[in-house]
Amino acid sequence: MGRFLVAAIGVASIAATAVVSADPPAGAVSCSGCHATSARVTTPVPRLIGVDKAAIVKAMREFRSGQRAGTVMDRIAKGFTDDEIRAIAAWYAGQK
Amino acid sequence: MGVSGPGRREFLKLGAAAATSAALCPYPVFARGAAPKVVVIGGGFAGASCARALRKIDPAIAVTLVEPNPTFTACPFSNNVVAGLRELSAQQFTYERVAADGITIARTTATAVDPAARSVTLADGARLPYDRLVMAPGIDIRWGALPGYDEAASATMPHAWRAGEQTLLLRRQLEAMPDGGVVVISAPANPFRCPPGPYERASLIAHFLKTRKPRSKLIVLDAKDVFSKQRLFQQAWADLYPGLIEWVSLSRGGAVTAVDPATRTFVTDFDRHKADVGNVIPPQKAGRIAEVAGVADRSGWCPIDPVTFESRLQPSIHVIGDAAIAGAMPKSAFAANSQAKTCAVVVARLLTGAAPSDPKLINTCYSLIAPDYGISVAGVYEPSGGQLAEVKGAGGVSPAGAPRETRAAEAVLAEAWFRTITAEVFG
Repeated sequence: MGRFLVAAIGVASIAATAVVSADPPAGAVSCSGCHATSARVTTPVPRLIGVDKAAIVKAMREFRSGQRAGTVMDRIAKGFTDDEIRAIAAWYAGQK
Repeated sequence: MGVSGPGRREFLKLGAAAATSAALCPYPVFARGAAPKVVVIGGGFAGASCARALRKIDPAIAVTLVEPNPTFTACPFSNNVVAGLRELSAQQFTYERVAADGITIARTTATAVDPAARSVTLADGARLPYDRLVMAPGIDIRWGALPGYDEAASATMPHAWRAGEQTLLLRRQLEAMPDGGVVVISAPANPFRCPPGPYERASLIAHFLKTRKPRSKLIVLDAKDVFSKQRLFQQAWADLYPGLIEWVSLSRGGAVTAVDPATRTFVTDFDRHKADVGNVIPPQKAGRIAEVAGVADRSGWCPIDPVTFESRLQPSIHVIGDAAIAGAMPKSAFAANSQAKTCAVVVARLLTGAAPSDPKLINTCYSLIAPDYGISVAGVYEPSGGQLAEVKGAGGVSPAGAPRETRAAEAVLAEAWFRTITAEVFG
């Protein structure tokens, strides 16, 4: 009985954590102002949904350092830390 | 962290009590009662974005959007309509897809808000109860703040600062003006909707005049000495429209103190400018319902907590978009959309008893100086010192002295941005 309770609480806290971590990380929801979520939109701006995490991290770091030329992303990437970039990239990689 | 309001402690208590059943009930606070209710007032870039984001985050939230207009007319790109480069229909969107998300649309006006009872009163007397209210009322014109400029005057000297019939009126006046005429635009002091807007408008009207009525002249009378993307605008004006645009700054007597609609005259401290076409961009304030609800302060705008967007004046009411005092964030459609989605995450968390985490927001704002000449400003924002402050070292404007290919690329990106954001909000 005691063990069962401990296990049940364990499940509950994992579930609670999962709900919390499903929230988009800081900054992530703003990207879709330019990066379309709908496949029907005609735009030269790449979509982020389902893109490989490492590819987003690489692009953001290169924009931030100036290695990659951008029109606005060079200016925006400078506002994000490595941790924030990794979190945003992971979140978009996990979206469908 | 600025979580406030009497409901907060109760939420936390209930959240903790329900935590052990979290695995079975994804919405602990409301698991035993009705679905949480959110009312959103205003169906523009901020309100419609927030309503849709809330439904996407948590389909159990009952969302009602209060918006009297069956069609939304977007302001970004409406300067192209003024200059005859675009039709107004390209600016217009309906709420069909918004409703299809399961959002109840109350096609009427909100006339009162009772923060204590947590209810919104509609024009027909019906009351909408809410757990959280999101207000996105946009702007109202401060009629009479500029002597001579009341609603009747806008039929002769259009403001065209809320897109629609006013946009078309300004366009018709420009089309009817004889070659050699004088166009005068007056720009207000800060803050106002779309800080680079008056200068984009001057640019695109100059483009119209250069191609259609080349002997004409354009004067911008400004209540400011500095403006958004100023260096880029002025450089482009010298390159594209030499001698056509005259910008009169505050310190050179540009502040308009009165207008006379009968003669289309702008009065300044030292001068009188008689216009053939007069465009008054007047002083503004948050949409009227903000004042009625008690969320606007003496400035006419709405102070908010930078983490939760909750009003500093009333509990359980969040204010987003142009109406909010959002620190360093400008009153732009991109900022409104960014705030709306961030606010939706916060509201959903508060409804489940979870604490909000610090957000990070973005603004990107394009201006056209000619159809193939675009410039931009971008910024990243975070809560700091009780305000939304710019993240240092990030953001800024397009590079000065960039080649025309860069300007052409940004003009293409500007149109892509409009298609993308309107698809997200209304599509």
